Amino acid sequence: MPISHHIRLRVSRCFKRAPSYQREERSVLLRLLRPIWSDARHLQIVALTSLLTINFAAIDFGARPPASAFAVAASLITQAICARLTKTPLDLRSPLITGLSLSLLLRAEEPWMHAVAGVIAIASKFLLRIDGKHVFNPAGFAIVVLLLCSAGVWISPGQWGASIWFAALLGFLAIMVLHAARRGDIAIYFLLSHAALLCARAAWLGDPWAIPVHQLQSGSLLIFTFFMISDPRTSPGSPLGRFLFAFAVAALAHYLAFFVQMRPALYFALIALSPATFLIDRILPAPRFAWNVPALKGAPR
Amino acid sequence: MIGKVTSRLKVGVALVAMVSQLTAGPAAAFCGFYVAKADSKLFNKSSKVVLTRDGNQTAITMASDYEGEPKEFAVVIPVPTFIERKQIGVVDTKTIDHLDAYTAPRLVEYTDEDPCRPMMAVASVRGVPRPMAMMVQRAGDRYAGVTVEASYDVAEYDVSILSANESNGLVNWLTDNGYKIPDGATAVLGSYIKQNMRFFVAKVNRERMQLIGNGYLRPLQVRYETAKFMLPLRLGTVNANGPQDLLVYALTRKGRVEAANYRTVKLPTGMDVPLYVKAEFGKFYKAMFDHAVERENMRAVFVEYAWDMGWCDPCAAEPLSNKELVELGARWIGDASGTPFRGGGAPAFVTRLHVRYDAKSFPEDIAFLETQDRENFQGRYVLRHPWQGGASCPAAQAYRAELPVKLAKQAANVVDLTGWPRREVEAQMENNGQAGMGR
Repeated sequence: MPISHHIRLRVSRCFKRAPSYQREERSVLLRLLRPIWSDARHLQIVALTSLLTINFAAIDFGARPPASAFAVAASLITQAICARLTKTPLDLRSPLITGLSLSLLLRAEEPWMHAVAGVIAIASKFLLRIDGKHVFNPAGFAIVVLLLCSAGVWISPGQWGASIWFAALLGFLAIMVLHAARRGDIAIYFLLSHAALLCARAAWLGDPWAIPVHQLQSGSLLIFTFFMISDPRTSPGSPLGRFLFAFAVAALAHYLAFFVQMRPALYFALIALSPATFLIDRILPAPRFAWNVPALKGAPR
Repeated sequence: MIGKVTSRLKVGVALVAMVSQLTAGPAAAFCGFYVAKADSKLFNKSSKVVLTRDGNQTAITMASDYEGEPKEFAVVIPVPTFIERKQIGVVDTKTIDHLDAYTAPRLVEYTDEDPCRPMMAVASVRGVPRPMAMMVQRAGDRYAGVTVEASYDVAEYDVSILSANESNGLVNWLTDNGYKIPDGATAVLGSYIKQNMRFFVAKVNRERMQLIGNGYLRPLQVRYETAKFMLPLRLGTVNANGPQDLLVYALTRKGRVEAANYRTVKLPTGMDVPLYVKAEFGKFYKAMFDHAVERENMRAVFVEYAWDMGWCDPCAAEPLSNKELVELGARWIGDASGTPFRGGGAPAFVTRLHVRYDAKSFPEDIAFLETQDRENFQGRYVLRHPWQGGASCPAAQAYRAELPVKLAKQAANVVDLTGWPRREVEAQMENNGQAGMGR
């Protein structure tokens, strides 16, 4: 049972003990909040939107409103068109996350490149499928395609400053814990593997710990960890499979970054290894993931 | 060739503080160690590095405001690959000065037009040519695993390329050859050794220096091919007493350069400031930079200028010539004539980055990435002389009524940019004939 159901049950038990006037207040609050925490994506959308708002209002990470609008609009429209073409029900939550992630990560000379990124991302979900499941994390795939085409785009290193970084880390972790049943463990596996490799490198080089700590304080690493590699639709089904996949991505990214000097390495590593999830799922089978209660089977969301 | 030196050389660590000034400053800098005699006076005013990059082709040109005895100067720079003689050269100091002046933050001066007869602005531009002022702090088994891979005579310098297997041998070699390495450098050298880096070490050859008869040291340039787009800063932070400043002038083909592992922030620009700032623009700019550094907790790389090399507006100095650009490593432009570069064929883009760093705020060497952003940016501050002529039309009345508001805004801008107390700014404005208007 998803954890959100547990929360609802527990909260409803509380109601029985609470006096009636409190009960009413709580039930109004709950009715307002329930739609938000009923699905991890709602909280993710709130978190990403908050980051983008901080970017526009206070601390500039480099995202620009026109580019962000292009990314979000293109992702939503492409989803709508593809849903209609494939006659599948429309769900705009995942494409919204894709659009927001692209807004935070991708930088381009021309703002319309973000629209191209949104279209590539969402179209890849519908076109690149194996066994009825999409292969690549949409935003990650769009980033890699555009970087390989050297189409006037680059990736923001995501240096948000220490306070925003810690706040974002805590926020993303909180969302993950609230929805622990939703395969969020891969984010922890990845973050730990990545951190362990950076620390091992520092130990080998004799570098101070400040170096790996600094290397971890990247906003783009957090977006990658909590929104891309942890995308439950494109990660292996079994816990062991997820651990193996997370470690493999961390190891390949480490190799690409430090031995091939390829930056940004994370996205390339994830996209290169994504097809391996099918192999891992075959060796370590597990039930396929679907967002929430799968009311609408087969809809690529 | 590094032979036996008669005088004992010591490695000092360059500390750089920036002081903007309106007069042209001397040429300047380095991203490694400075070496000098224990008793010599060192004034390395700022580290300036021109980092030219096209694909993996990289050229690093290092200028130093070293003001000690030239013969006591030496430098140790980690490089990612073996360096042949033809990959090393010296560059005319004037070329770096020119690039520095061309990219300098600028004060622009306008006179408001007659409000009754719109149009007709008069503008003049002043560059802030050279920041800086600086001080230096001294820091403080033999050659196991060290290989002197090559030794070259390069103009006034003796250059050696070293590789090493372990840092102790390297430190011994450097020490025995007259480089006194500060404590704590061993670990950093060890880290570079494990990353397969070699060491470019250079000292001044007194005889050749005399023969050349310059009396000053020219900037050294190293060119190589590498996937690593970075500057090795860490050696310079060992035993440093306080933060140092570094100016990086990145010349690239595609677009703006930014730090890949630190926040890159554009400095505030385009603000109107009170007229009195003209007389102390250096002081203003330094305070503004200090304030910006403080706001970012000294963890950011600041963009002072990012522009197509083919033009400028307003120009703090003329654009560089093709020859100068090629001299700085921009060989892709394909023309080494003395005519001004106009970017007709292959484009060139310059990014001027200003970093204040120490080991705590910048623990890791700065890695860079070339973006494809060609949007022009300049650090630019504006003086507006009010219209002084007699005018009685309604527009003139409106203009005069707005003046106090504008002056108050200028005062607020300075307070916001520099953190100076408002009262002080207003007093300065009053002294400069803008009495009472800043309130």
